[in-house]
Amino acid sequence: MPTSPSPLPASNTRPRLTVAVTGLNATDSPGPGVAVIRALRETTDFDLRIIGLSYEALEPGIYLRELVDKTYQLPYPAAGTAALLARLAHIREREDVAVLIPNFDAELFNFIKLEPELRALGIHTFLPTLAQLDARDKLNLAAFGAAYGFSTPASRPLHSAFEITTAAETLGWPLVLKGRYYDAAVVHSLAQAEQAFARLSGLWGVPLIAQQFVAGQEINIAGLGDGHGRALSAVPMRKLTITDRGKAWAGITLEDEALLALARRFAEATRWRGGFELELIRTAADELVILEINPRFPAWIYLTAAAGQNQPAALLRLALGLPVTMMEGYAVGKMFVRYAWDLITDHTEFQQVAALGEL
Amino acid sequence: MKLKPNIATSEAGFIFNPATGDSFAANPLAADILARAKAGLDAAAIKADILERYDVAPGQLEKDWDDLLAQLRDFNLLGEAESEHQKVT
Repeated sequence: MPTSPSPLPASNTRPRLTVAVTGLNATDSPGPGVAVIRALRETTDFDLRIIGLSYEALEPGIYLRELVDKTYQLPYPAAGTAALLARLAHIREREDVAVLIPNFDAELFNFIKLEPELRALGIHTFLPTLAQLDARDKLNLAAFGAAYGFSTPASRPLHSAFEITTAAETLGWPLVLKGRYYDAAVVHSLAQAEQAFARLSGLWGVPLIAQQFVAGQEINIAGLGDGHGRALSAVPMRKLTITDRGKAWAGITLEDEALLALARRFAEATRWRGGFELELIRTAADELVILEINPRFPAWIYLTAAAGQNQPAALLRLALGLPVTMMEGYAVGKMFVRYAWDLITDHTEFQQVAALGEL
Repeated sequence: MKLKPNIATSEAGFIFNPATGDSFAANPLAADILARAKAGLDAAAIKADILERYDVAPGQLEKDWDDLLAQLRDFNLLGEAESEHQKVT
């Protein structure tokens, strides 16, 4: 195994550094990995070698060879920490991975649990604690809001479709049904709710979350907490177009002190460690309601770099124990417009990923 | 007429509200009025200038002016003082 006493290999001007990143599924419901890598590639601190970590052989990021130098497949999160650690140890024998940036909600539990073992392998992370991860879970969001004084919608867990009627009596129609980690549907009737329950529980299991519908303008904030109560960066964005799954296809950075104050208050109250995304609604009464707290960077994270606050590059420094100064100011009105692009590869490359688990 | 201080306008009539991400397209006359308002001219001065440059009756100008203010208010582009003033008058 390649070893180095310091996470930073000796170098001349820009030290070489190997970083592993998950979330390469840049699809219509994209994982953040490709955007994180794109932002990392703009760091002036290091000469980076990027290792992609994938779950499926057709994750587009695997074939973005100008961004990803080498990809290894990982076992699914359900395989547990032992299988993940064994695979990462295998990868570490071949690659001098100094930092690993996980980007999926569903995998974070395993990576956080393995933090000491990864550190022993020489792999640094900068992740929230298990307590932080649990506190902002969709199932616990209302309690989280009450504990820290944030406005959140009322919600109830749904273990079966029989519970929908009771939930609707409490929360009213329309209702938002959410999968534990991903996906959601706004439903206006019991029939719609039962249909959505069957689809979402089939995809993501139970419990689902029934959440009170809040009308207003949807706003997202990408942020980076230093783990000591400071938001080192916060960039608010409004979605300009969305896909039929509600994912941003275009967005624009906003200037609004109330949004930045909310992000700072979140980092201070939780002492959040790592990237986060606040999904908000601004109501007609100008109230900011937190709909979701994602414990990682969002798929639109490259916009923060484009606007002047490169959050993934800053997280890289934090993971290595290097100082990061508070980022002030960003370009307001900076837009992203996502696009679909047909990557061309060869069946031999696909087969290599599918059969050997690496490319 | 006082636009919110952070509202950006362009000569081409493009209006951008950086707090909401909303953008609007103004016709040439509205763009001209907004530019003058941003430059600090008060309503009376802008109206006098319009009456001098355009063939429009004062009554019609007042009606169109109120319509413009109503739209700007609806679009959340007016400063607080102006917005409140318009609500009570």
